[in-house]
Amino acid sequence: MLIGLDAIGKFFFNARVISEALPYLWSGLLVTIRVGLLVTVLGFAVGLLLALVRCSHIRYVTRILGVLIRIYVDFLRSSPYLVLLVLVYFGLPFVGINLTTVVTTVVVFSACLSAFAEEIFRAAIESIEKGQTEASRALGLSFLQMMRYVIVPQAVRVAIPTLANRTVAITKAISMASAIALPDLLKEARQAAGNFANPSPLIAAAAMYIMVFFLLGMLVSYLEKKWKTNT
Amino acid sequence: MDEVISNFFNVKVIIASRHSLLLGLGTTLRIVGLALSLAMGFGLVLSVIRGANCRITNVLVFLYIHIFRSCPSIVLLMVLYYALPFVGLKISAFAACVLAISTNGAAYYCEIFRAGIEAIDKGQIGAARALGLSYLQTMRLVVLPQALRVVLPPLTTNSMELIKGSAIAAAVAIPDLLRKAMQAQGTYLNASPIVGALVLYLLILIPLAQLVSHFEKKMRQEMQ
Repeated sequence: MLIGLDAIGKFFFNARVISEALPYLWSGLLVTIRVGLLVTVLGFAVGLLLALVRCSHIRYVTRILGVLIRIYVDFLRSSPYLVLLVLVYFGLPFVGINLTTVVTTVVVFSACLSAFAEEIFRAAIESIEKGQTEASRALGLSFLQMMRYVIVPQAVRVAIPTLANRTVAITKAISMASAIALPDLLKEARQAAGNFANPSPLIAAAAMYIMVFFLLGMLVSYLEKKWKTNT
Repeated sequence: MDEVISNFFNVKVIIASRHSLLLGLGTTLRIVGLALSLAMGFGLVLSVIRGANCRITNVLVFLYIHIFRSCPSIVLLMVLYYALPFVGLKISAFAACVLAISTNGAAYYCEIFRAGIEAIDKGQIGAARALGLSYLQTMRLVVLPQALRVVLPPLTTNSMELIKGSAIAAAVAIPDLLRKAMQAQGTYLNASPIVGALVLYLLILIPLAQLVSHFEKKMRQEMQ
């Protein structure tokens, strides 16, 4: 069956439909970007905090907290995002907690990113040679001072490539939240496609996603090359 | 606390919905099995093509990888399932899901295999060529067996990501594990089936995560 090129033009690249749907697509893209930024910031912050706790060596506290953090990390790294989203969005209301789609998305994805970030930061911190730690202690720096001025700046350099890759992967996964009605680019595109009975907005949205993540991917490659550590 | 247990860990509800969940698990396993094989196979083919260093194919592979890595698989799924029928190509939700996940996965696997192939000592390839082996024979008999062992950790990690990504099937009403769990949740007005689905996913994925650590340890030992 021949697929008419005019059919492709009319249904995939219909300029009129796309121009009418553009405001909705744009607002969806803004939601995607905002949620992505929030998730990144929160994920990094919590991840770094958890990694620091796990790398400290305060006798009993670290042991117990370390186990708890390990369970948290293993659980979140192995759970499908959509299952967690559905669980939080549709399940929590049963115990009285009603979260909006945006809050649900941000909470779930930043928790997942924090789990990955904790592992990455921990590996980076542990890769900093022991001499640095010993020298800091010998100079009288407290644990927090040592972390803040000596270890973490070096560890962040090591961590950035892997972290950037993981962050981009999670930002891509945020489009899954359209399944729980997050008004992001994909959901707006589907709605517009339904309203106009024409899938051009969907194609346009796919193109927008590809452009955005292609640029992000280039940025990550640049960061990888710039901060490449020579072991 | 009681409320949490009766709403999220309700054994009666989980037992009542176990049939549904197992049916869903079967569908998910089928999607994952197909998608994994297709993605790994195609990714391997792409990386071998890439290794041949022919300008035209390099550009094509580059385009493929960047387009399908940048496009989230759920977006591709929506395009395949909702947009294609308008130009006469109607495919089932199952096929659309497998296609979306495997094209996305193949792009990642190609990069992983490429890294593995490039990690093999160039002397190996030189010796194979000197012995008269063709490019394909070199790949098949010398390079790939070594490369595959090297890339086992990232290969397993990426496979885990693919399995996690298979949950998007629920977004197009394929009766997979998550969709069945959501239906059971609607029937019994209780979130326990979803927790049950999550546990089933963890039972598959956590052993894989342990496998990754095991491979990484073995790699480190072999390097020393």
